[in-house]
This record gives sequence, structure tokens and C-alpha cells, in this order.
Amino acid sequence: MSDAVIRVVGLGKSYATAAGLFPALKGVDLEIQAGEYLAIMGPSGSGKSTFMNLLGCLDTPSTGDYYLTGQNVAHLDKDALAGLRNRTLGFVFQGFNLLPRMSLQDNVALPLVYAGFAKDSRRARARELLTKVGLGNYAESLPSRISGGQQQRVAIARALVNQPRLILADEPTGNLDSHTSEEIMRLFGELNAEGITIVLVTHEADVAAHAKRQVRFHDGEIVSDQLTGSGA
Amino acid sequence: MLKAMLGEAWLAMGANRLRTALTMLGMIIGVGAVVIMMAIGQGAQYAVQQTISTMGSNLFIVLSGSFTTAGVRSGSAGAPTLNVADANAIAELDGVVNVSPTHQGSRQLVYGSQNWSSQVLGTTPEYLEARAWNVVEGAAFGDSDVRSATRVALIGKTVADNLFNGDNPVGKTMRIQQNPFIVIGVLGSKGQNLDGRDQDDTVIIPLSTAQRKVFGTPFLGSVRMIMVQADAADNMQRVMDATTSLLRQRHRLREGQPDDFFMRNLSAAAESEAETTRTMSILLGAIASISLIVGGIGIMNIMLVSVTERTREIGIRMAIGARQQDILTQFLLEAVMISFAGCLLGLLLGLIIALAINAFTGMVIVISGSAALIAFAVAAGVGVFFGWYPARKAAQLDPIEALRYQ
Ligand SMILES: Nc1ncnc2c1ncn2[C@@H]1O[C@H](COP(=O)(O)OP(=O)(O)OP(=O)(O)O)[C@@H](O)[C@H]1O
Ligand SMILES: [Mg+2]
Repeated sequence: MSDAVIRVVGLGKSYATAAGLFPALKGVDLEIQAGEYLAIMGPSGSGKSTFMNLLGCLDTPSTGDYYLTGQNVAHLDKDALAGLRNRTLGFVFQGFNLLPRMSLQDNVALPLVYAGFAKDSRRARARELLTKVGLGNYAESLPSRISGGQQQRVAIARALVNQPRLILADEPTGNLDSHTSEEIMRLFGELNAEGITIVLVTHEADVAAHAKRQVRFHDGEIVSDQLTGSGA
Repeated sequence: MLKAMLGEAWLAMGANRLRTALTMLGMIIGVGAVVIMMAIGQGAQYAVQQTISTMGSNLFIVLSGSFTTAGVRSGSAGAPTLNVADANAIAELDGVVNVSPTHQGSRQLVYGSQNWSSQVLGTTPEYLEARAWNVVEGAAFGDSDVRSATRVALIGKTVADNLFNGDNPVGKTMRIQQNPFIVIGVLGSKGQNLDGRDQDDTVIIPLSTAQRKVFGTPFLGSVRMIMVQADAADNMQRVMDATTSLLRQRHRLREGQPDDFFMRNLSAAAESEAETTRTMSILLGAIASISLIVGGIGIMNIMLVSVTERTREIGIRMAIGARQQDILTQFLLEAVMISFAGCLLGLLLGLIIALAINAFTGMVIVISGSAALIAFAVAAGVGVFFGWYPARKAAQLDPIEALRYQ
């Protein structure tokens, strides 16, 4: 087999609505190799988030197959999926999704709790990552005390803490101003340079320009897939 | 991992202090009620057992009745139908270990300028044996005192306190109905009997002396009561039956004529009293447990609210790798912690109230480690039982649904 981190075959997802089944994703085929940096674009309602949720093992497809690091996730039980979310991939949300009552350090360390790490190593690793995203001095702060851009960096640190091969980010800069977005994108660029595969969704062309490959969705289908200048 | 989760449960409890405190209050009241009720119930049982142990074991009494037939000796009411010879005959029966004929009544006692009304009991030395009643100061009287009707007396603690008021009674002379008696001993304290009468308010004198000097019985040797001790609890009924037929035969009662005496099984009465308190104690505990269940339902209610409120948080946790069992453990831990903390405070509250009841009313209470342990185990059980459903509900949430929840 190839060393595709992600391979989807005929992946489809339909939502049950009052008007019947609504096909949000209509049989998508895509392969993403290790170390790629891919941006997903497309108009609102084109099925980008639906696709990302499937890739993140947060949701299950209606049709088709999804191979994550060569493994067909359809054959996995809930605990195994939790394990993939914990160790194989890191998910970054548009709304940051930090736990408000916990310090930044505890937020970053939380995946390590579920991975069964001891307290000391959790703390050390969380500090290390907070430092990496430039927030080493805020370890004990609460999420509400820092800016949105900083919160998103903490969320990225959390996604990275268990050393995943893959980062999935659904509009990570959607809630940020252009300057802060630039900083976040620089961070993603650094991570990709370290060899981490990155898939992110964005509406903005200048954000997508950071990626090496751009995939465009429309009405639940891929309409274009091209390498960009920076990746070529 | 468990430690991290305990810390989180603690945080979650602290995030909504008033709500946590109110939920805990249900458990506090429940456990407190159980502790108090068990303390009172076990106290009552203890008190009854104490009383029974002061009574002596395997005892029954035969009380004399009045003549009921139109016989030669047309009876004056209350005239004794039992006599010492009856007692001696009963003593010969199989399975009888101790027989003590007694004659008693209330009499005024005088010592110096003090006087005191008390129960005067004429009997034989066997009586003290059957009752396992010891003499703490001085000595008991013997068979020779009964034979020669000496005027000696053993007095109970209440009599010693009230009549002699601090003096050492042994060797002193007191009067019972003008007759001087030398106090030769003070009886050990027995407290109240099952009917609530003070057993220490008693004077015990030789039977013959009582008959001749104090009560002036119509027939020499007649007694009001014979106390019989059987050798074993299993033998009680057989000995009582044998006593009945022996006495009917001795009193020449024909078939169809009613008994001219009554019998009462003291041990059985004591047993049934003990049974009653045991039942009461269980009942009290059961009623108190209901409040524990109500407390548990309170926990379940709050946990359900908490799961709904924190749906998004659950989604986030799942998105970063929490397994179902992690979520289950987290919410279960919270429920058990609330329940445990409530239990601890409830135990404390129950103890304080139980001790206060004891201090202010003098009611006997018994606080046993096992009762506390049971309350604790039940509280933990309640936490797990009532926490289980909400925790499972949380664990079974779909990650994406939970994340979308607003
Ligand atoms: N849970 C759901 N139930 C029903 N329909 C849904 C659900 N989630 C999404 N949809 C529908 O599926 C379609 C695709 O939605 P999706 O969120 O994937 O779009 P998107 O490309 O991420 O859009 P946006 O750019 O606005 O985030 C939309 O038409 C949306 O209304
Ligand atoms: Mg979207």
C-alpha cells in the first residue's frame, strides 16, 4: 500500500431532515499522503465540515470507506475510534473548544490523561507545547483570560500534545482577524515543516495560499484538486 | 488517571457550590437519620438486654390466686393458695434447678428520723441465686436464718440511698412495721425491670420472718409467689406443664375446676420484649433509609441536569480521545463524591444529634462502628446506583451531536 495518511473511497454522508434524507456529501474520493499540507475550500454548505468530521472520526459515513493510516475505520469500535482521535489525529475547531474551568496547561494535557500518562510527564509535555506555541508563561491562566488567537494556539497545542501524524482544522482562523490568522498559519507552516500532515478548511484565499494543495468542494462533491505554487 | 479524574470531579463540584451543597444536604439528612435511628434502636435493644440480663434466665413464676369454689374454706379475696410445701414439691420435679417461694408487699421502713416505703420480699437464699443477685456490702442470710426466722434484712441500693442517706447501712437497725431488723447486706444494683419498676427499691428478708412478723399470713407457710428456674430454655414449657399438674393434684382440683394459681413465663416475656425492640429498631432504620433513597434521587436529578448542561464539554472530551468509560467514570465519580461527602457530614451530624439526645433526655443510645459502616456503604451504593444512569447517558452521547449542542 501507499503511505497515504488518508484515503477515502466513495465517501458519502446524508443527514435526516424534515424534508427527507439530505445528501451533504456525495461519494468523495481523495488520497492525502504523509507530510501534505492541504486546504479545503468551497462555498458555505458545500459539505466541508461534514467531510472534516468524518476524517476526524467524530461522525460515521453513510456510504463509502475511510482508511486512516491504511486502516478502515468502519471496522473499529467506539473505543478504537477514541484511540485514533486521541493519538493519531488532532482536531482544531473554529470555536477553539477549550474547557473553560481548566487552566491552559490542564487543557493541553487533557488528551494525555485519556492516553494514560502519569501526572509529571503530562505536565512537562503540556508546558513544552505551550512554550512551542508561544504561551509558556500562561500555563496557569484560564482560557477566558487570553485572546482568541491565543486560545486557538492553545487548542493547537492540545491537538499536538499526543504527537499525532495528522492535524485536522475546520476553519481555524474563522474567528480571528487577519493579523492573528497570519500567526496561526505560520504555526501550521512550521508544523508541516516538521512532517505533520495538515488538512484545513478555509474560506479565505490568502489562508489557503499557505497550503501546498487546494481541494475545492461544491454541493458535496470535489470540483477541483490542484497543487499551489508554494507546494509545486 | 483516577487521581486526575478525582481532581476534575472536585472542580466540577466546586463550580456550582450551592447546587452541590443542596444535593449533598439530601444525603446528609438521609445518613444522619439512619445514624440517629440506628443509635436509638440499638440503644433500646441494649437497654432491654441489660434488663433481661439482670432478671436471671429460664425463670417462671407461680402466683397464688384466690379461692374460687364454694369449698369448706370459703376464701377471702387474695388469700394465698400456695405454700412452702408446694414449693418443696416443685423442687423435686425433673428439670427444676431452683425454687424460691416468696411473700412480698409494700411496707414502711423507718431508720432514725427517716422513713421510706419499699417492697419487702420474704424469700429463701435460693432467690438470690436464681436472680443472680449478689451482695456488694455485708453478707446474705442463709438457710438457718430462714429456719429460725431471724430479723435480718438485705436492702437494695435505692433503699440504702434514701433511708440511710450516706451512712453505712450494714449493721444498722431499721424498723419494718415496728419490728427491728438488722441490715446485714446491701444488694448490687439491678436498675429497672421490664415493667419499669426500680428493682433496687427492695428489702429482702427470710421467708419465715416475713410470714410471721411482717405480713401475718392466715395460714402458716403460705406464700404469694414461687419463682422457679428451669435448667434449660428448651425445658421451660415441660417444667411449667409438670408444675401445673403437680399443683392441681396437690390442691385437689377436679377436672373442669379452674386453676387456683397463675403462671407467668418471665423469660418468654423478656424474649418478646427483646423481639419487639428489635423489630422497632429495624423499622426505624427502614424508615430512615427512605430518606437516604430520596437523597439518592436528588443526586440523580442533579447529575442529569449536569450532563445536559455539560453536553458540549462531553463532546470536546470525546473529540480529544475520551472513551465511553472515561466519561462514565468521570460522572460516576462526581456522584459518588457528592454522596460520600454527604455521608461523612451526615455521619457527623447524626453523631452530634444522637449524643445530644442522650445528653438531654438520658435515652440510651448505642453508636456502633457497624452502623456507621453500613451507612457509608449504603451511601456509596446510592451514589453509584443513582449516578449510574446519568453517567451512562453522558457516556453514550454521540461525539458530533454533543459537539453541536449549544
Ligand atoms: N446535522 C445536520 N443535519 C442536517 N443537515 C445538516 C447537518 N449538518 C450539516 N447539514 C447540512 O449539510 C450541508 C453541508 O453542511 P456543512 O456544515 O458540511 O457545510 P460547510 O461546507 O461546512 O459550510 P460552512 O462553510 O458554512 O461551514 C448543509 O447544507 C447543511 O445544512
Ligand atoms: Mg463548516
